[in-house]
Amino acid sequence: MTTESPSKPAVKKIGMIQALNMALHEAMSKDERVIVLGEDVADPEEGGIVGVTKGLSTAYGDLRCRSTPISEQAIVGAAIGAAIVGMKPIAEIMLMNFTTVAMDMIVNHAAKLRFMSGGQTGVPLVIRTATGAGLSVGGQHADYYEAWFAHTPGIKVVMASTPADAYGLLLSAIDDPDPVIFVENTLLYFSQGEPPEPGKRVPLSVANVVKPGSDVSLVCYGSHVAPSLAAAGKLEAEGISVEVIDLRTISPWDRKTVLASVAKTGRAVITHEAVKPFGVGAEISSVIHEELFDKLKGPVQRVGAPYCPVPYSKPLEVAFMQGAEAIEAAVRKTLQARAAA
Amino acid sequence: MSSAPIPDRAILVDMYRKMTTIKQNDEKSRAIILSGKIPMVYYSPRGQECIPAAVSVNLTPEDNICTIYRGTHDMIAKGVPLKDLWAELAGRATGTCKGKGGPMHITHPASGVLVTTGIVGSSLPIANGVALASQIRGDKRVAVAYFGDAASNIGAFHEALNMAAVWKLPVIFVCQNNRYGEHTKYEKTTAAKQIADRGAAYSMPGVRVDGNDPVAMYNVAKTAIDRARAGEGPTLIEAMTFRFYGHVFGDADKYMDPGEKKAAMAADPVPRYRQWLIDNGHITAGELETMEKQIDAELTEAIEAAIDAPWPEVSELRKDVFAEEIAA
Ligand SMILES: Cc1ncc(C[n+]2csc(CCOP(=O)(O)OP(=O)(O)O)c2C)c(N)n1
Ligand SMILES: [Mg+2]
Repeated sequence: MTTESPSKPAVKKIGMIQALNMALHEAMSKDERVIVLGEDVADPEEGGIVGVTKGLSTAYGDLRCRSTPISEQAIVGAAIGAAIVGMKPIAEIMLMNFTTVAMDMIVNHAAKLRFMSGGQTGVPLVIRTATGAGLSVGGQHADYYEAWFAHTPGIKVVMASTPADAYGLLLSAIDDPDPVIFVENTLLYFSQGEPPEPGKRVPLSVANVVKPGSDVSLVCYGSHVAPSLAAAGKLEAEGISVEVIDLRTISPWDRKTVLASVAKTGRAVITHEAVKPFGVGAEISSVIHEELFDKLKGPVQRVGAPYCPVPYSKPLEVAFMQGAEAIEAAVRKTLQARAAA
Repeated sequence: MSSAPIPDRAILVDMYRKMTTIKQNDEKSRAIILSGKIPMVYYSPRGQECIPAAVSVNLTPEDNICTIYRGTHDMIAKGVPLKDLWAELAGRATGTCKGKGGPMHITHPASGVLVTTGIVGSSLPIANGVALASQIRGDKRVAVAYFGDAASNIGAFHEALNMAAVWKLPVIFVCQNNRYGEHTKYEKTTAAKQIADRGAAYSMPGVRVDGNDPVAMYNVAKTAIDRARAGEGPTLIEAMTFRFYGHVFGDADKYMDPGEKKAAMAADPVPRYRQWLIDNGHITAGELETMEKQIDAELTEAIEAAIDAPWPEVSELRKDVFAEEIAA
């Protein structure tokens, strides 16, 4: 048991929405090239549906933070065009399901223009978008498509699990010379965490070992970090030591940190909210097998949603969403291999 | 109320029945959400009752519609049974979609509700396909695509209008212009002075009408539907209206001038039409009261049945992904 030392002043926690908003203010106040485009993002429209972009149009003018028509293709297209000629656009696509309407712009253009032009043009674009099950919004408002984007060479994919990470990762995404899809989780919007240090970047493609451990490596990101920590805490009480790694950037991912961890533990579980088949977990599991086959003490396990659209009905949605219990079971399964051997 | 031609009494009364059912359904929806008994995401259509009521009295049960998340009015007007609708809103196994779709995806082919989409603009291209099948089969059915004003700025709208016009599809595009898309005002995002004008770009009739005037709305819908059924092609209808409860229920409406909503609510199309029916001798107040009481009882029964209905089994996650059930 640890107790707060009385001399240490309690730091005021901040919310996810506030952290994202602070990062946008930080970027826009320091760099005139940073602009924000999206539906309802300006202040007359309440600064975004949950208020992530609040205050930006008032502070930096309505040319730099502009509410758009409902035209995702035109939003991302305009962001790409502006990026090519030196702006640093942040396009907000309200929900990840709506990126589908802009898929041509994202996949055929944002991702490929640098390569196809032989490096003459680049697209320093950030697409902020949100998603996540748990709010009973059914099949078209809660999908996770990170695997689609990760499977498209030329786009980076980022997901933060805490306010401070969200702040630092968003700033790095804005600094980055290439397109980044920055995926926010709708339930985590209402979470609290330690405040970030002003201006402090969290580098892309660097994972965070949230909890060190020696028996199993548990790789997670976004909404699955908290349940991973909960599962690890429970197993710890039984003497099972789990190393929890928050990937933070899905693509390109931090192979070094993950492989070093699995080389040490010999066991791995990958967990994400997205549907399990053909998901990010499959790629990570494969790389682990390719690189560390001799060191593995058991087959790598994956946790993800079942193969179906996000259901509406509460008991179905609860069954669809995998949490600490499923993660714990997967960890135990990697350990069974040892027992059987 | 618009002047002649005034439809038959039976049609006038049927329109009112649909309108008041939608209004009462909305009142019950908001109350049940607040009570916590059926939590759901709810895009209230209150204020827009007249549009689908006037369209639907011109449709046959075999005609089809594709609608959107703000669509309970369209569904009720087309005849989705209230019990099935409410069981779906409650996420129960007995719902229209076994609880899998929910409020944004109500589907009931038996009453002609083929698609409800949560994606802005997507009702139009799909309605084209439904109309295309009718054109090929020669079955004289028409398809209606409902959508909002802000949806007219998405590519799908423009692609669908062009295809429907060039192929003369039996489809009617009904834009319910409530002057806002989420929190953004029409003028801020839409270059056309009126959406009806966009019809001209695709060589199809574009008609703007007071969507809160049942007689005017009826006549415009009838002309468009007759035209489509006769094989003369699509029409774009822009029905002017207003949503009384913001974008999504719980909306604080801070982006809106308070006077705007007040004025719209003061001109509530449902009681206004009710009074007109009485004043013009189409029906008596007593008859209307009886009708309203009966609808209230029907709704109450539907909601109570929904609350008592069973939840779906978890094995449903493996069913309906494909026609064939996925093995456990
Ligand atoms: C492609 C897409 N982009 C954004 C959204 C989020 N969204 C839902 S409703 C809506 C406003 C639509 O306004 P309008 O078409 O006028 O219909 P109304 O809601 O006013 O009936 C928006 C932006 C969405 N559902 N789909
Ligand atoms: Mg609208």
